Parts: sequence; structure tokens; C-alpha cells
Amino acid sequence: MPYIPLEDHLPGITGLLEYSKETAAPIRELTQVLLRGPSTLTEGERELIATVVSHRNQCKFCVTAHTAAADVLLGEHETSAKVKEDISTAPVSDKMKALLTIAAQVQQSGKAVTTESIQKAKDVGATDIEIHDTVLIAALFCLYNRYVDGLATVTPSQPEFYQGLGQRLKDHGYNRLPQGYDHLKKNNPVH
Amino acid sequence: MAHIQVLEGVPGIRSLVLFRPETGKPLYDLAQVLLRGESPLSEAERELIAAYVSHRNECMFCMSSHAAAARCLYGDQKNTVDEVLADMQQSHINDKLKALLHIAGKVQILGSEVTPEDIVTARNLGATDREIHDTVLIAATFCMFNRYVDGLASLTPTEPEVYAEMGERMAKGYSLPQP
Repeated sequence: MPYIPLEDHLPGITGLLEYSKETAAPIRELTQVLLRGPSTLTEGERELIATVVSHRNQCKFCVTAHTAAADVLLGEHETSAKVKEDISTAPVSDKMKALLTIAAQVQQSGKAVTTESIQKAKDVGATDIEIHDTVLIAALFCLYNRYVDGLATVTPSQPEFYQGLGQRLKDHGYNRLPQGYDHLKKNNPVH
Repeated sequence: MAHIQVLEGVPGIRSLVLFRPETGKPLYDLAQVLLRGESPLSEAERELIAAYVSHRNECMFCMSSHAAAARCLYGDQKNTVDEVLADMQQSHINDKLKALLHIAGKVQILGSEVTPEDIVTARNLGATDREIHDTVLIAATFCMFNRYVDGLASLTPTEPEVYAEMGERMAKGYSLPQP
């Protein structure tokens, strides 16, 4: 049970973002720019960064949700599974391996990012903006993961919930739904 | 030297948000609403949580600047800030704030470190839902800021005067720096 009263029909992060809409607005805007804004990284690649960081922070809600979003965007399940197991052997480009390695270092601490890992990323073609966005996405998920687990929000166990959420994140991104979330009360918490 | 090409001589997060204002704007908006917006915690208490978490993350830039902001806001009680950073449990802050800082310290490690007992302790000392929420979100937010600032190796000044001046500016609020 969450540590503070949150709406029953809004598990995970959504209940928190509805509980505190004033802080949710810039958090949503930041996420939308980073994960859905113009970028030389695909939306699927950016969801993989979110997935790897959430996995390493052991945040079950976020890792399952962003795995689902990555899978919908990439059209397959293999890549998200492999990057969680081992970045170095995952079926992604050398540039993505280098960026995911930086993200994994950010998950530990900002100070854990090495000059060597940055140089490696640059050597395989990563731009300054790609490196910047990778670090900030990784840092942002260190926020989300702690927010979600630090207040003990509900983590649904049904796979269908996350399939629905992954689809919603592909179709609508991270902006608050214009109609709000009351429609979820009547239905299964899927769309 | 920073890992990416930012303006030379500009310290910490300022250099990063000038490099990428699209993400800089919501980052400054978040700092403003979280640390200066409506909350049952005072601005000084919120800056103290920010400084405490940054200290535990060993982020010198964020720790020094938010400690300076907290000192400004605490006014003649400014020693509180240094007491808390030296030894939170032995400091002269009230028990409720100690319980909230304890929760912030758990969040700094990982969200799942926060236990139902930590929450009950804080509640028994009078902490409200909103205070618990704001504490967790401030702690989580500084786990982001600290990683952003250090993960890109942004410039960290070493002179205390630089931070004292920064603290005075920050005490007035957060708005996106203009180039």
C-alpha cells in the first residue's frame, strides 16, 4: 500500500503525478522533450536507456513499463531483454552500447562516469547532444525510480496492464492526457 | 573540463542548461515549484533537504550551492545547515525534520530503502502526507540533479565566496539563465 493516499485506479507513477500536479507539470515536460522531442536517437533507443537505468535501480514498475514502451516502438521483445542482461553483447549499435554504458555509470553516481567511456562514445560517433541527453535521461530515471518506490506505489502484476501502458506511452507520450484519468476508474486499468 | 562543449567559465548546472535550454526550462521550473512553491515545509527546510542529499551523493557543486541558499534562508539560524551536514542526528533541528531527513537519506540510496517504520516514525512526530511526499520528491530530484552535474563533469568552483553569492541569488528563486 502506498505511504500516502493515492487514487486506487492509478498505480505506479501516474497516481503520484496526479497527487501533485504542480510538480508533475515540469517533470512531464522534461520527459516529453527528452524521450519524444526531436533527437538523433530514436524513441525506441531512448526508451532502452530508461529501461536499463530502471532495471539497475530495481524499480519493477518503471522497468516493466519502459520495457513495454521500448518493445512497442521497436516492434520486438529481444533488444530490451538483451540490454538488461548484458549491454556489451546486446543487438544494438556500437554507439548505443557506448551510450548505455554511460547511462549505467550515471545510475551508480555522476562521478562514476569516466573520461574513457565518454571518449569511447565519441569515437563511435556520439554527438555532444546525444551524450548530454543520455546522461540526463539516466539521471531523470534515477528520480522516477526513487519517487515510485520511495512512496511504495502499487506495482500491478498483470502483463496486460503494462502492454496497455506501453501502447499509451507510444501513442500519447508523456503529456498529461487532456481528459485526465477518470475514465480508467470504470475499466480495467489499461488505457 | 566538462565532457561536452559547454560555455567556458560557467559553473555547474548553469552551463548545462545554457547548452540545452529545451531541457533546462523544465529543470528550472521543477526547482522553482519544488523548492519555492506551496509546501508545508519552509523554503529553508527544503533547501536543507537538497543540500543533505547532494552531500550524500558527494556532489560538491550542488551541496555547496544549496547549503549556501539554505544558510541565507535560515538567517540567524544559519549554523543549522553546517550542523546537519556534519552530523544530522546530533544537530539541533526538531525531531520531525530529523525523521524527514532520515527518509531523504534512504531515498538517496534507493527508493525501496524507505520502510513503513520510517514513515510511521515521521508521522508520529507530526509529519503530514504532503511533507512526506515533498521530502521524497526533493530527495529524488537531487539524485537527478547531482548525476546531471557530475555525470557531465561540469565546472565546480572551489571558492566559498562564489557559492555565498550563488546562495543569495538562489534564495530569491530559480529562473532559467539567459545567455
